[in-house]
Amino acid sequence: MIAFLIRRVLFAIVLVVFAASAALVLTRLAPGDVTSQLGPGATQAEIAATRARFALDRGPLAQWLSWAGRAARFDLGESFLYNRPVSPLVRSAALNTAVLAIVALVTATVLGLSCGVVTGSRHDTFAALIKAASFVSISIPPLLASLLLAFVAARTGWLPVGGMSSVNASEMSWGTWLSDVAWHLPLPVLALALPLAATFERLQSQSLAEAFQQPFVLAAVARGVPRTELILRHAWRVSLRAICGVYGIAIGALLSGSFVVEYVTAWPGLGRLMYEALRARDIYLVAGCAAMGSFFLALGTLAGDLLLAVVDPRVREADAT
Amino acid sequence: MKRAGATLLVTVACVALLAPFLAPNPPERRFQNLLYAPPTRVYIRQGGFRAPYIYEWRMVSRLERSFRESRVRPVPLRWFSDGRFVTAEPDAGAPLLLLGADAYGRDVFARVVYGSRLSLALAAVAAMLALIVGAVIGAVAGYAGGRLDDLLSRVSEFVLVLPSMYVALALRAVMPLVLPPSTVFVMLALIFALFGWPIVARGVRAIIASERQREYTTAARAAGAGPIRVLRQLIPAARGYLTVQGSLLIPAFILAEATMSYVGLGFPDTTATWGTMLQDAANVTLIVDAPWILAPAVGIFAVVLAVNLIVQGTGRAPVQLEK
Repeated sequence: MIAFLIRRVLFAIVLVVFAASAALVLTRLAPGDVTSQLGPGATQAEIAATRARFALDRGPLAQWLSWAGRAARFDLGESFLYNRPVSPLVRSAALNTAVLAIVALVTATVLGLSCGVVTGSRHDTFAALIKAASFVSISIPPLLASLLLAFVAARTGWLPVGGMSSVNASEMSWGTWLSDVAWHLPLPVLALALPLAATFERLQSQSLAEAFQQPFVLAAVARGVPRTELILRHAWRVSLRAICGVYGIAIGALLSGSFVVEYVTAWPGLGRLMYEALRARDIYLVAGCAAMGSFFLALGTLAGDLLLAVVDPRVREADAT
Repeated sequence: MKRAGATLLVTVACVALLAPFLAPNPPERRFQNLLYAPPTRVYIRQGGFRAPYIYEWRMVSRLERSFRESRVRPVPLRWFSDGRFVTAEPDAGAPLLLLGADAYGRDVFARVVYGSRLSLALAAVAAMLALIVGAVIGAVAGYAGGRLDDLLSRVSEFVLVLPSMYVALALRAVMPLVLPPSTVFVMLALIFALFGWPIVARGVRAIIASERQREYTTAARAAGAGPIRVLRQLIPAARGYLTVQGSLLIPAFILAEATMSYVGLGFPDTTATWGTMLQDAANVTLIVDAPWILAPAVGIFAVVLAVNLIVQGTGRAPVQLEK
């Protein structure tokens, strides 16, 4: 288990370093640089000064070395676009994305697993309805889901569309601010969670149905175990393995999906920040976002693997040998 | 289920192929006085029943984008005239807009139909590329085994872990932002293929590695066949897998194109694709006033649903997780 953990942590470090460096070098090699943001009125001296300030006048390798040296001390450089250090910018955006992704993941898990248990263990109209609904929403990926929900919300006025808080958020007290954010949360969360919940529902339903075929369930039935207990304590526990197996991938899908949801609903998260940075060729901000994003990803896959090890003893033993 | 999905997919493909025949108007034509005009209503009653006809939309207020029908003169529909299935009398000044008009007064229905061509073609080309590259790398890894296999498997695992949307965005964003559509097509196909191949390679590797243990491989080798010759015998075993994987990649790539174009990093917005058409929908007030601009979303939904229906029976993870 320890060896396994060490290997995963090493992999995570490699991933973060590689992603951030690749992002830095790619943006550096791209045509155009941050000085185009100065506007047409900028003088030669201003352009040269800006290039010197962001180390753009040095070669890509030298720039990468100096950036890497500082990044190792958690100094990610400065953003041109916001005229501020990158670290606090990335940190607040990452927090917003984490709130969105975690709430969406919890929603998807609770909704998906409970629906999956129903459809996997019953064969009536109710289960058929859930199955049909899940089939439709599995085919509505986050891009379509967020557009659709934005349309419904704007049409009915039930939920605010866009942003994370209202315009006057800075004047609010802490409590009202929190409820304001909570009011803005459901739309992006649902757009992100519904397709994922549907995926979980399908997987849970299949694996529960498979678990029912196992001899130990038959043995439990023969012992007279009541049906609810049979489902929840015997079959469900075994069927969880299939779900945990895809959790790591689900987190990657969640990150990819969160970009488009953040873009559509103007949620000030990591995806939006990275997009802005890329378009402005804000080189250090791009690298910072890539580092943070890949850190999330590594954390997510690690959590998925640990979950699998908790649920499935075979994984633990395989790694011990 | 499987048949319903296949039918749906074939229907979408036929619509793309028959675009010039099905679209009542050319996709680029701008009707200056019909910006955001709602879908044209088709009537079949006037007193008694008669051949279908429409009325002209008259703009009431340009600011509020409101229209009313001018009931003075019914405009008859023409069937099978100049290579189109149905269209309105060309001189009447009342085009048949089955799904309304967009910001430039262009026919949304015609653009959805024409846009499906580029969206589907891009997805198909990218999926083909991904399948070929993935099959070759997977086959080599599975057949060679040992260190080469280790190396190739590590590389493909690494690419699999990366969140494809971000890397695709980054790769696209570092290229010049304004490019002609044909360059964008090639570039997007390459970027998408770059993310598609590892999934294919992983599956093919497993199949080839197990086929290699079979007697017929030994027989082929004993008969003096070199590695390439043997591989040609082995690859057909992966055919079923490649078909399923290819059909899973297509909706994923359609969606990727839509996302890239939606955020302005795909095709230029004069080119009709499902993604560029959705750009208008970024403005929420517009969606409320003119919900028909969401029409391309229905096309995307149809393709994803069709593929989900097809692969439902094969016990594979649904599209969402394959990206």
